Amino acid sequence: MTAMPLPYYVSPEQMMKDKAEYARKGISRGRSIVTLEYRDGILLVAENPSTLLHKISEIYDRIAFAGVGKYNEFENLRIAGVRHADVKGYSYSRGDVTAKALANAYSQALGNIFTQDIKPFEVEVLVAEVADVNGSNNEIYHILYDGTIEDEKNYAAIGGQADEIRRFLKDNYHEGLTIEAAVQLGVRALNVTQNKTLTEKDLEVAVLDRTKERRKFRRIPPEALAQLLGSGG
Amino acid sequence: MDDPLRLFGESGNPSFIDLLRCHSPHMLQRLEAEPGAEPLRMPHGTTVLALRYRDGVVMAGDRQATEGFQVASRRIEKISKSDDLSGVGIAGVAGPAMEMARLFQTELEHYEKVEGDNLSLEGKANKLSQMIRMNLPAAMQGLVVVPIFAGFDERMGVGRIFKYDVTGGKYEDTDYWAQGSGGKDARDSLKKRWRRDLGRDDALRVTIEALLDAADEDVGTGGPDLVRGIFPTIKTITRSGFGDVPEDEIRRVVETLLNERAKAEKANG
Repeated sequence: MTAMPLPYYVSPEQMMKDKAEYARKGISRGRSIVTLEYRDGILLVAENPSTLLHKISEIYDRIAFAGVGKYNEFENLRIAGVRHADVKGYSYSRGDVTAKALANAYSQALGNIFTQDIKPFEVEVLVAEVADVNGSNNEIYHILYDGTIEDEKNYAAIGGQADEIRRFLKDNYHEGLTIEAAVQLGVRALNVTQNKTLTEKDLEVAVLDRTKERRKFRRIPPEALAQLLGSGG
Repeated sequence: MDDPLRLFGESGNPSFIDLLRCHSPHMLQRLEAEPGAEPLRMPHGTTVLALRYRDGVVMAGDRQATEGFQVASRRIEKISKSDDLSGVGIAGVAGPAMEMARLFQTELEHYEKVEGDNLSLEGKANKLSQMIRMNLPAAMQGLVVVPIFAGFDERMGVGRIFKYDVTGGKYEDTDYWAQGSGGKDARDSLKKRWRRDLGRDDALRVTIEALLDAADEDVGTGGPDLVRGIFPTIKTITRSGFGDVPEDEIRRVVETLLNERAKAEKANG
């Protein structure tokens, strides 16, 4: 007679703790991303030396996405987001696609993966929606690896040294920034955690520009970025 | 809406139509009539045209939708922007044609966002061809949709025009094309007036002449409506993007041409 091997018992508390620690470790290795509201929209700045693999992307007319952590995992989330948005916009109308619904979907998905799968996603994502012209507000959602969701005002930071960046922005952010001031502040915020000064070659920058027609998302190419960084700063 | 979780399973297929086919097939349902059923009267779009000029292409359409001998709409827009560098002119049964243009626009945008890159103009034209082919069973029952597709080809640095048949057959035209009930009249007009490397102003003139001629000969095509202030839709597609020709400018050219025609009529009479 052979003894049935008993499965190891791990308490749910311990399991969640281990998973969270694992996910946080993965994320803390990633470089950070900041987002700031400025006068004409929302700015996103990522430390990313690659010009081909993006961390910041367009989801829909007024919605952008930024992800840190494991590339294949946030890339999956990004594509799922584009699909969610395009199907919704096609079935109803373009105006019915909202960051809130998308952020909720991400929260559900990440929450389910965190509790049900052996390996949680090692990602944190931001979903930003720029206000349309008639008076609604900008929205910024921050979704964590376990599905925790927060809505942020004025600025947000994700990634390895996000706490430090947030503290910096708390002291230095003010409303009504111009695009130049916002870009400079965003880069300074990322610099806080660095030994070197970041230049346009280390950065990926995009905006949701309220003044644009329909699709508000616009990448700022390195030449234009160098100019923004250079002016008055 | 599908549960987005289920969407996570597939790896990056950039086609929106495939996505709908898998997850929301009801949204791609074809319109089909019973065989032998009496054909219904449905609004038809009438004349759209595209022509090449120095900077790219001009696309234009009249504003009328016709249902049998009735006017169904006086203000329909038949040129729809597909993306920054291309547009579709819809002719045929208005309902499915507008739906096709909307689906095509979403398809291109979806591809662009998922892939992070634009389709080539040829790729876009082929995609539209597949969509027209999907519509073939409906076309056999009278729901014919035959668009014109035109755009600026970044890789070749020129404007290009594609026309289609109901089976999705795609034919490229280097100079100009017009489609719809007034299409032949517009083409006849373009045949006499179109020249290579037209400037923008001349291209606008030639475009409006063609639409006036089509409205003159074809009962379905709407002429400029001076009473209500309704003028044709005209768009330009160039290296720098898809642009509207402002209504004031169209109005001025229309008035000039109508005056010239009135004068010529008087001189002849």
